[in-house]
Amino acid sequence: MPTNIDLKALAQLPDSKGHFGPYGGRFVSETLMAALKQLEETYEKLWRDPAFQEEFDRDLAHYVGRPSPLYHASHLSDKVGGAQIYLKREDLNHTGAHKINNTIGQALLAKFTGKPRVIAETGAGQHGVATATVAARLGLECQVYMGAEDVQRQSLNVYRMKLLGAEVIAVESGTRTLKDAMNEAMRDWVTNVDDTFYIIGTAAGPHPYPKLVRDFQCVIGREARQQCLDQIGRLPDALVACVGGGSNAIGLFHPFIEDADVKMFGVEAGGYGIQTGQHAAPLSAGSPGILHGNRTYLMSDDAGQIIGTHSVSAGLDYPGVGPEHSYLKDTGRAVYVDATDDEAMDAFRALTRIEGIMPAIESSHAVAYAMKLAKEMDKDQTIVVNLSGRGDKDIHTVAQIDGINI
Amino acid sequence: MSRISTSFEKLKAEGRKALIPYVTAGDPAPSVTVGLLHGLVEAGADIIELGVPFSDPMADGPVIQLACERALQHNTRLLDVLDMVAEFRKKDKVTPIVLMGYLNPIEILGYKRFADEAKKAGVDGVLTVDLPPEESDEFNLIMRAHGIDTIYLIAPTTEDERIKYICENGSGYLYYVSVKGVTGSASLNVQEVADKLEHIRKYTDIPLGVGFGIKDAESARAVSTVADGVIVGSVLVNKIADLVKDHEQIAPQVSAIIKDMRIAMDS
Repeated sequence: MPTNIDLKALAQLPDSKGHFGPYGGRFVSETLMAALKQLEETYEKLWRDPAFQEEFDRDLAHYVGRPSPLYHASHLSDKVGGAQIYLKREDLNHTGAHKINNTIGQALLAKFTGKPRVIAETGAGQHGVATATVAARLGLECQVYMGAEDVQRQSLNVYRMKLLGAEVIAVESGTRTLKDAMNEAMRDWVTNVDDTFYIIGTAAGPHPYPKLVRDFQCVIGREARQQCLDQIGRLPDALVACVGGGSNAIGLFHPFIEDADVKMFGVEAGGYGIQTGQHAAPLSAGSPGILHGNRTYLMSDDAGQIIGTHSVSAGLDYPGVGPEHSYLKDTGRAVYVDATDDEAMDAFRALTRIEGIMPAIESSHAVAYAMKLAKEMDKDQTIVVNLSGRGDKDIHTVAQIDGINI
Repeated sequence: MSRISTSFEKLKAEGRKALIPYVTAGDPAPSVTVGLLHGLVEAGADIIELGVPFSDPMADGPVIQLACERALQHNTRLLDVLDMVAEFRKKDKVTPIVLMGYLNPIEILGYKRFADEAKKAGVDGVLTVDLPPEESDEFNLIMRAHGIDTIYLIAPTTEDERIKYICENGSGYLYYVSVKGVTGSASLNVQEVADKLEHIRKYTDIPLGVGFGIKDAESARAVSTVADGVIVGSVLVNKIADLVKDHEQIAPQVSAIIKDMRIAMDS
């Protein structure tokens, strides 16, 4: 890591315009500018409001089931040989992933601002389910945009959302995946901006979304930090998390930014391999550009068109990434690597068989890299892996790879 | 004075309003575009907004999304669009051309290189939908240095403080988005638009164009009574979509829509 960066200043970002260095900002059409400004003001006020904080914390404790455990995966660690691997068990949250931390927070914002309708985009369906869940609980009308391809490969989550009372809208435009769902959600919001709250699922999009999603997700890192101190008496040596848009990763990383000795590794979807071009790894193989309201690393061609991505996991199948990750990459505070589809599937099977924990295929990318990294480290060192979601939703995908029809 | 300002001055002297058609470059094929632009001018267009195709047109409705997809099937790139403008300029040195699109293609090309190439091709203005003035300091400086107007949107949701700020940053004309929504959505309410334009005029002398929701000669005429310019897009692009298998008919039939609007506006 470069020694000349001011970690304290880094942890204070974004600036007042939502910039993380050259990244972030607010690149949207004029119709949304007033709504974003209003959201920013509301958020800044409520985030400091004890009544809001109390309700948020209470929901996280009694509805989500926090704190989530930090589990020493000793069997996996022994098998791999090397550093001790600890799993931050976000998969044990209500609805099965870290996504609920953010939707609880944003639904509270919707409630405090009196918006009767929420919309969301979703890839794997975890954010859609988490949004439908909080909408059901607060009695909000809910529509979820989902790429038509993802509707097929995540049919279980589609049905869960319907049971929860949400309407799932299959998006047929473009590449029919997460980015197109986000386009469509933006179009809905621009049309219904007066009565609709857009619950963005990741730490990306126009300011203030990257900031507020991060703040809601930082409970992951705060807990993990304290749990490490309690269980091993010191901070971990490395953090590992998968990165699609990057909300689970930033939630884990951010509370450790000023702890210079804690290394951070974000794991992107390597798909069929970076060299094939068939992946979803903008930080590893893309360049800065503008999409979905922020400046960030993107996968676009030399004419500036966004190019199609591939990943076995719908939740990582996105050509952009949250702007804070772009800046953490440029400053060297975090390192971004990739795991291929095959490596992720191997890790899925390993964790399932060795620890009896079935991870989401998204999270399996983090497990895959952690297993590689652990081998290069000493037995008395510690890695914390964010196990961001559980794998039940992926059973069909895994079975299909195994050639089994369920 | 820029070609855009000259055009508005001339119209003002004649007591007429600007008719500003939008078409997507390369839709349905690059070979169609330049001929179509000449046809639009002959039919009475004063300024042309030429869409730069983008893979993810977030602010557009299905009509213009599909136009982008058709153009991208032929791999119509930003530099190809500039070639079309240069080709158009060989015969027409008067009619202003405004490029309308999204920031990423310009960002990837680089602001400076874009401005150089655009000026050389004969582009007069640029309207970048997802670039609000807050993020455009460097962009404005470079465009201004090249004599390219920066056209900004004002929406029904824009508050007074921002209207003032946008007026300070815009040049050529301001584009008032008449409805909350994407392109090609609901019809506009002329009285509401009139009230809003009167309000905006307190802050600026820049000509005000109105777009979104103008569907026919009658709505074009109605808007022209209150605005300085009438911007028409989806209805033209819809016609192009109907004629994807009959390229010969595109220029005459799309121009016919503009001609009807011109007659209605001038009568």
